[in-house]
Amino acid sequence: MHDSEHPNLPERPRLAPGVRLHFDTTRNAWVLLGPERVIETEGPASEILRRCDGSRTIAQIVDELAALYTADRAEIAGDVADMLVELVAKRMLAA
Amino acid sequence: MTAPHARPDVPPPLGLLAELTHRCPLACPYCSNPLALEPHADELDAATWARVFREAAALGVLQVHLSGGEPASRRDLAEIVAAAHAAGLYTNLITSAIGLDLARLRRLQELGLDHVQVSLQDVDAANADTIADYAGAHARKLAFARSVVECGMALTVNAVIHRANIGHVAALVGVAASVGAARVEIAHAQYYGWALRNRRSLMPTRAQVHQAMQEVERIRPRYADHLVIDLVVPDYYARRPKACMGGWARRSLNVTPSGRVLPCHAAETIPNLEFWSVRDHPLQAIWMESPAFQSFRGTDWMAEPCRSCALREIDFGGCRCQALAIVGDAGATDPACELSPHHPRMLELAEQDSTDADIRYSYRGRPVRAAATAIQAR
Repeated sequence: MHDSEHPNLPERPRLAPGVRLHFDTTRNAWVLLGPERVIETEGPASEILRRCDGSRTIAQIVDELAALYTADRAEIAGDVADMLVELVAKRMLAA
Repeated sequence: MTAPHARPDVPPPLGLLAELTHRCPLACPYCSNPLALEPHADELDAATWARVFREAAALGVLQVHLSGGEPASRRDLAEIVAAAHAAGLYTNLITSAIGLDLARLRRLQELGLDHVQVSLQDVDAANADTIADYAGAHARKLAFARSVVECGMALTVNAVIHRANIGHVAALVGVAASVGAARVEIAHAQYYGWALRNRRSLMPTRAQVHQAMQEVERIRPRYADHLVIDLVVPDYYARRPKACMGGWARRSLNVTPSGRVLPCHAAETIPNLEFWSVRDHPLQAIWMESPAFQSFRGTDWMAEPCRSCALREIDFGGCRCQALAIVGDAGATDPACELSPHHPRMLELAEQDSTDADIRYSYRGRPVRAAATAIQAR
C-alpha cells in the first residue's frame, strides 16, 4: 500500500486538539486520551502515535519505523496507513 | 454487604469526577447534583484538590472531569486546573459557560486544560433560558463555545434531552456543528435527584423517544467527517439496563465539593451506605476498602435474575440508584431490564408522567414557585 492511495490523510499527521498520548505508569502502557476516550496502544502503534506531531511527513514516519523495527518498508507503510485511516475515522487526527 | 473482596482483583479507576462546588448560576430541573446541595463553606480548598489529583493519578486515574455545580463559580479554578495538569491528568472542564470569558479560558488553556464541555439547554434561546432559569444564558453559551474553538481547543457540546426539547435533537446537533464542536452528547435525562423530582415535567413519550433516536441515526452520516455524536439512551423505555458507571466501583469515582467520595452522582440516595472522605483517608484506601465502594462491586451482591444472567459482567445489573428509586431496593435488578419483575411498573410510570400536559419545574436550588413556567413542550 502506498501513501498516495489515501488522499484523505494529512501530509504531516498531528493529533487532533484535545487528544494526547500519555504514558500510564499504573498500566505500564501508552494510552491515547481524548474527550471521554481512553485507548490503550501497543508497541508499534505507540511508536507511530508518538511521531504524529505535525513535524514529520507520513513517509518520514514510515522511514523511522522501518529503521526502528528493521522491517520491510512496504509492510510498515501499509501498517502506518491503516492506523492513520483508523485515527481519522475516530476523529483523533487533526484535519 | 458482600463477601470480603480480594483486593488484587480491584482494577484501578480511569476517571474522576471532581464536583468542585454545588454553586451554579443556572437551575436546570434535571441537575445531577443531590437535592441537598452542599454549602460553599464546606468546599475543599485548592490545595486539598491538588492532593486528591496526585493520589488519583497514582491510583491509575487518567482523566479528571472538573464539574459542579458550575466549576467557574470557584475563584481558584485556575489553581485547580494547574494542579490537575501537574498531576498528569487529562483535564476536562464541564461548564455552563456562565462565569467564563475568553481571557479566563486562555489562562486555563495555558495552565494545561485539555478539553471543554459546554451544556446547551435547547436551540430556541427563550426555551433554553427558561429551562436553565437564567435570562441570556443561551447566547452567552454559544459565544463561549465559539471562543473555545477559536482558541484551538477541543469542544464537546452536551444537551440533556427531555420533553421540552426532544423535538429539537437534530437542531441541537446542528448547533453543535455550527459552533465547531468535535463532539456532541445527546443525553436523555437520567432520573435521579432533581430529575427524579421533576420527572412529570421532563419525561417524554415513548413515541417522542423513538422519533428522536431515529432522527439522530438519520443525521449521523451527514456529520460523519467532523462531529462525533454520542447518544445516552433513555432507561425508562429500554429493554436492557446500561452498565451504570461501567459497573459500580469499577472505572470511576466522584468526589463531592466537601470531599465525600462516591461511586456515582446519586449514590448518596442509597440509605445505609458508608462514604469516606478525602479529608480522612487517602483516595487509594477509599477506592479499595471503603464500604460504599465494596457494597456493589463485582457480582457477589447480585440476586436473581442478575446472579445467573449471562450479561451480569456486561451491564453489572444496571443502576443501583434506579433500582432504589423504582423498586425500593438498591440491591435489585435495575428495572430498566425487561427481566426485572418491576420492568412493567417502570414503563407505566414513564407513560403516566409523559402524558402530563403541564410543565412545572421544581428548579434546582431555587425557591418553589407556584406558577407554571411558560414553556413550549413539543
